[in-house]
Amino acid sequence: MTTQLYKNHFPSVFVERARQAWRHGDRLYHFLLVLATVAVVGLVLGIGYELWQNSALSRHAFGWKFLTTSDWDPALTDTFGALPFILGTLITSLIAVLTAIPLGMGAAIFLAELAPDWLGTPLGFFAELLAAVPSVVYGLWGLFAYIPLFVRPTSKLLEHTLGFLPLFEGPVFGPSRLAAGLLLSIMVFPTITAVSRDVLRAIPDNQREAAMALGATRWEMIAQVLIPYGTSGFLGAIILGLGRALGETIAVTMVIGNNLDLSASLLHPGYTMASIIANEFTEATFDLYLHALIEIGLILFAITLLINLAARLLIWSVARRTRLEVRA
Amino acid sequence: MQPAIRLQSAATRNASLERDQTLKMSTEALCVLYHDFRAISDVNLPIYAQKITAIIGPSGCGKSTLIRALNRMNDLVHGSRAEGQVYLDGKPLYENNVDVVDVRRRIGMVFQRPNPFPKSIYDNVAYGPRLHGLRRRRDLDDLVEQSLQKAALWGEVKDKLHQSGLSLSGGQQQRLCIARAIAVQPEVILMDEPAAALDPISTLRIEELMHDIVKEYTIVIVTHNMQQAARVSDFTAMMMIDDHRAGSVIEFDATNTIFTNPRDKRTEDYVTGRFG
Amino acid sequence: MNHMSYRRRNWRQTVNTFMLGLTAICTMMVVAPLVWILAYVVRQGLPALSLTLLTQLPTPVGVAGGGIANALVGSAMTVGLGLLIAAPVGILAGIYAAMYPNTVLGTSVRFGTDVISGVPSIVMGIFAYTLIVLPQRHFSALSGGIVLSFIMVPTLIRATEEMIRLVPSSLREGSLALGAAEWRTSFSVIVPAAVNGLVTGMMLAIARAAGEAAPMLFTAFGNPFMNTDFGQPVATLPHMIFVYAVSPYNDWHAKAWATALVLITLVLLLNILARLIVWQRARVLGSLK
Repeated sequence: MTTQLYKNHFPSVFVERARQAWRHGDRLYHFLLVLATVAVVGLVLGIGYELWQNSALSRHAFGWKFLTTSDWDPALTDTFGALPFILGTLITSLIAVLTAIPLGMGAAIFLAELAPDWLGTPLGFFAELLAAVPSVVYGLWGLFAYIPLFVRPTSKLLEHTLGFLPLFEGPVFGPSRLAAGLLLSIMVFPTITAVSRDVLRAIPDNQREAAMALGATRWEMIAQVLIPYGTSGFLGAIILGLGRALGETIAVTMVIGNNLDLSASLLHPGYTMASIIANEFTEATFDLYLHALIEIGLILFAITLLINLAARLLIWSVARRTRLEVRA
Repeated sequence: MQPAIRLQSAATRNASLERDQTLKMSTEALCVLYHDFRAISDVNLPIYAQKITAIIGPSGCGKSTLIRALNRMNDLVHGSRAEGQVYLDGKPLYENNVDVVDVRRRIGMVFQRPNPFPKSIYDNVAYGPRLHGLRRRRDLDDLVEQSLQKAALWGEVKDKLHQSGLSLSGGQQQRLCIARAIAVQPEVILMDEPAAALDPISTLRIEELMHDIVKEYTIVIVTHNMQQAARVSDFTAMMMIDDHRAGSVIEFDATNTIFTNPRDKRTEDYVTGRFG
Repeated sequence: MNHMSYRRRNWRQTVNTFMLGLTAICTMMVVAPLVWILAYVVRQGLPALSLTLLTQLPTPVGVAGGGIANALVGSAMTVGLGLLIAAPVGILAGIYAAMYPNTVLGTSVRFGTDVISGVPSIVMGIFAYTLIVLPQRHFSALSGGIVLSFIMVPTLIRATEEMIRLVPSSLREGSLALGAAEWRTSFSVIVPAAVNGLVTGMMLAIARAAGEAAPMLFTAFGNPFMNTDFGQPVATLPHMIFVYAVSPYNDWHAKAWATALVLITLVLLLNILARLIVWQRARVLGSLK
């Protein structure tokens, strides 16, 4: 220890004071560290608290009915029911995730198992870069390019072929739930692809060898050994993607039409929890209205919280299993 | 103890020994390269049917590379290339029109660390047959039972076939992997240090197992444990690295000869423990 | 196996080739939108991009010219304030999480980071609204900056944590062994080694925050005039894009594209640069081990 070194050269009082000063420095430093970490944890709790407090009027007025009624009438009767928005959010997110899963996992398989490094690294990077594009740019492109050039033709096709189903009943305008779902799908690709790719990379090589040595083709090895092995991880990736889709605001607001339409058709405009908050928050002229909107925010917060937790747990369980096996 | 006489008697002994064997596999001037690095060089190795051939040598001399070249597992490594040829029943394996999937079914492999799938014991063994088209439940049941019996594991697991393969001990897992390999009805079984990760008792069981099944299969085993090679094998190939860090077989003979009367001084040094 | 026929083998090979080819197509389809979006933004935005756009204030509808100068300043203000608040918290918390990962606080930080990054930005906006705008009774750049700081914190914590974990423990132990105090070790040995990582973390955080429109809707709120007072509402780039895009006016649409071009260029450049630095640094530190 330093004290021993200096003992023979300096008076011990001096040494003691130096040590105190250094230890103080450390103490302050540790204090700051702890403060910062507490701040982070506090933030989470703070958000929940504020949302809870500031939705009190609405919660007391409507209770659980808030989640099950569809009346949203700030103008006349001052009743608020959030069901259309909850459904709208769930539907668009479901469309997004269901269409993103096959493409995202296919891409993850290609990038992790098939592509040589010189191809896989840049391609993987581009796929992740998609996640960096701001939501509002997605919305802009969605409104003026994606909808007219892709979603609208697809919707027309669906209307022609499956229009007898209430799910695909016309008429087709531009913005619609399908448009929002398909745009969200693109925004969710990077999450599913990146996480699935990591899951595949974490699966030990000995599993691949075992399958190939038994005479499996590459695809059989991937589909019958790797995917079952990483199931919980892939599920986690999907749920993470779902979480991202649920919370997406601006892009959805720009392409969903923001209409309190209650029909079942995907080709009609709709509303999501995030987009009604975005649209009406600054117009909320009286307290109950504001509290109702904040309560929607609370619901959104709770849903995304649960979903993210579930996702992290699932992904963590794959990592733990691989580590356990290596030890065995 | 003059070398010349020793050489002669070994040679005649070998010749007579080899005359009685059928050649199941052989390699001809086999080289394996990883990008520019030559891992093994100019290997001419005979593998006799229904015999156990051991490949021994100091670590890093290319034993694993050699054994993996026999069932084209090296193909899976990016940048690996093989030169020369490997023959199975006289037919070449490194040709463009060869069905690699079939090669790997006919030449099975057991690895150093047991690697059962995270599926049930039954599904582990049934995986291979299902791949290759066996669907009927009864046939699968029979095949699974047969394979587990040959792997000396049936008694221990017959009541828990639906438990996960990972719930077994290390030695049991390795026997499960052997059963899994046997289930596709291969002709040759390659074993890359199969007992390296196991305790002595499990090791002994695996060696007994090898003696039992060799009547039906040709076995090639890589081992760094010389006593094991001496106990278990009929023929032994000694590998060494040359100055260019490429491995090659410096001596091949009946196991008895290699361990009591080797031709090459380096072999003698290795088996007597003077190095390696 | 006698039940193995040529037909079955051929079928398996066909399935193999088909499915593997399908995954390649999937990859193309996942990467294609990025190309499409970039191409479109450049094509629509470039013609409307001009020095006027970058230096003028917005003009009323129908009046030609006008620009987004106020939004550029506003974005700089809010993002800058956000970074100022988030950086110390994020870096310190990241250091803690990296050095004491197995403590209660360490795990809570990592957990908390995951949770915060999963909160939709509009919910963050509501939080900032109830916390700051309501009591103050007006929108402001201050509330905008604060909400952005919340959004930036997880990025900073993660980047710091990852970079510090990349620093070989031998460096830290060497310093401690020489008798340096813990904080000294952190600041004079570990942080410089991880500085690149901290810088990239900040770049990624800035890129993320610069693109957030939703929380701005009821914090910074937007402002048609130039404003440098933090206590007043202020325009931001993503908010402008939103307003212009959903308007019915064509020349505003053109301005939306041009602004989008500016924003996306900034964001993508920051991201690419950050990744390059991380790869480079990981290689260097890898060789150190």
